[in-house]
Amino acid sequence: MNGRELVRFATHSALSHRLRSVLTALGIGIGVTAVVLLTSMGEGLHRYVLEQFTQFGTNIIGINPGRSTTFGASTGIFGSVRPLTIDDAEALKRVPFVLNTVPVVQGTASVEGGGRERSTNISGVGPEFQTAFDFRVALGTFLPADDPRAPRPLAVLGAKMRHELYGERSPLGELLRVGGERYRVIGVMEPKGQVLGFDLDDTVYIPAARALELYNRQGLFEIDVLYDKAVPADEVVAGIERMIIARHGGLDVTITTQQQMLDVLGSVLDIVTFAVAALGGISLLVGGVGIFTIMTIAVRERTAEIGLLRAIGAGRAQIRAIFLGESILLAGIGGAGGLLVGGLTVVLLGVAVPALPVGIALPYVVAAEAVAVLIGLAAGVVPAQRAAALDPVEALRAE
Amino acid sequence: MAMIRLEALGRTFEVGGQQVRALDQVDLTIEAGEYLSIMGPSGSGKSTLLNVLGLLDTPSVGAYWLDGVNTSTMGDDQLAATRQAQIGFVFQSFHLVPRMTAAENVELPMLLAGIGGAERRERAHRSLAGVGLADRADHRPAQLSGGERQRVAIARAIVMQPRLLLADEPTGNLDTGSGAEIVRIMETLNERGLTLIVVTHDLQIGERARRRLRLRDGRVVEDLRAAQA
Repeated sequence: MNGRELVRFATHSALSHRLRSVLTALGIGIGVTAVVLLTSMGEGLHRYVLEQFTQFGTNIIGINPGRSTTFGASTGIFGSVRPLTIDDAEALKRVPFVLNTVPVVQGTASVEGGGRERSTNISGVGPEFQTAFDFRVALGTFLPADDPRAPRPLAVLGAKMRHELYGERSPLGELLRVGGERYRVIGVMEPKGQVLGFDLDDTVYIPAARALELYNRQGLFEIDVLYDKAVPADEVVAGIERMIIARHGGLDVTITTQQQMLDVLGSVLDIVTFAVAALGGISLLVGGVGIFTIMTIAVRERTAEIGLLRAIGAGRAQIRAIFLGESILLAGIGGAGGLLVGGLTVVLLGVAVPALPVGIALPYVVAAEAVAVLIGLAAGVVPAQRAAALDPVEALRAE
Repeated sequence: MAMIRLEALGRTFEVGGQQVRALDQVDLTIEAGEYLSIMGPSGSGKSTLLNVLGLLDTPSVGAYWLDGVNTSTMGDDQLAATRQAQIGFVFQSFHLVPRMTAAENVELPMLLAGIGGAERRERAHRSLAGVGLADRADHRPAQLSGGERQRVAIARAIVMQPRLLLADEPTGNLDTGSGAEIVRIMETLNERGLTLIVVTHDLQIGERARRRLRLRDGRVVEDLRAAQA
């Protein structure tokens, strides 16, 4: 009995109980469908989040004040952290391969303009912000390249902010109060949307030095360094470290490359995908219990047939193979059906609800089918073993 | 050399904590080509003897030599292979697989033996034609009469060209006419050289055999040979 004949034999006997076999396979099918659907959503989320993060390019290095290291004892004056200043941002522009640096101060403040008032996000940035992050101006201009230490009180509005305060009217040249100080509006940004819940459009952009004053802060939140794509991040980081050590007398900042951020984020999202796959796996397991039940019943029902097969020359191994083959077949077919239904649903969802981030996670899909077959194997082992162990005389007597 | 030789063979079962001797001190020699009937009341051990002869059951004591080989030295796989090649079975309840056609049922032993599809179909067809059922090959057991079912079972039993045909009450579920037909078919096979052993408690059928064994309480109490006709 070769493999093909075994499959035919198994198909034959599975088809003789059509409804029962279909229902059993359905159990596995639903499990595989669940795995495909859930992991597709996990994968979609994964892609969505990474896209949000990489829309500004991956050649960005973030520098934050302070170092995430634990010291054994108080390090006194040597352990002190110097604030990151606008001068630091200027100096970092001289590090090799650095194209631009953007000082960043963020906060919220009450903004008055056009006779209305709104509490909103304030981003204190440098004039390089616009080019570094590929951020387009819809009206007017972005913050000009003033003396970074004493910039003029100029402001640029996010698209939503402009709409809220001025409606359709052009806000250019209007006066704006940010936290009580007067600014003149010189530009409006194009809509950009949200990045992980932070609405870039509901923001007022002012010079970083002014934001420091507004919040009465010594140091910047962050300096973003844009570097030449062709150069490895490590080399740029080394240059930044030398510059910081030279200026601060020690490395008292945390440097994060975009790649590191993506790695951390990616591993978190991988866990999410894995977790939903495990949830789907539970329904696969339930399907496996169904196969086990049906195979146990089948062995009992077909005891006389097993006796006959033994009498006409089937060895124990052949009996085992016949029943294992049948349970693997049920699981395999159920799994394939599940793949089909799950895959189609994902595609249809993608068409029907384009906003929903879905994407087929191929490794999980392949794994789901493999697990389905393995479950068929595992669920079939005990019944098949029982069938093989039957005494032929006893089995023949069953009718 | 005798085809079958049993030496002081015994088979005991444990039933409800009690030892039951289904076969006790059986000595028996059967030559190739013999036609033998085994008779006796229920519980006399005739089915057990047939199961032992068919290598479906193993003796508790004593020895069974088949073609000069002591069968107690055979492992399970070897026993299965010997059944496949040498022994055909006909059962009272036919034991046809209900989901398969007559032809597929006849093909089953060849399928298990790994014989290729084309040869299987050809031999199954010939075997069915031999029992007069060539036109019923595509019928399922449920669509056949009892006599026809038993003829399919005979076609299946002989399709591997065994040397020994074992029939356990082959006419027990049949009317007289069909039963006579089945006996006639088996006797024809015996005339062509197949060793035939029939367990029955139908006296008329049992007495047709050239050699008649009578069992009681697991012992052979009578071994009659009819004069050559």
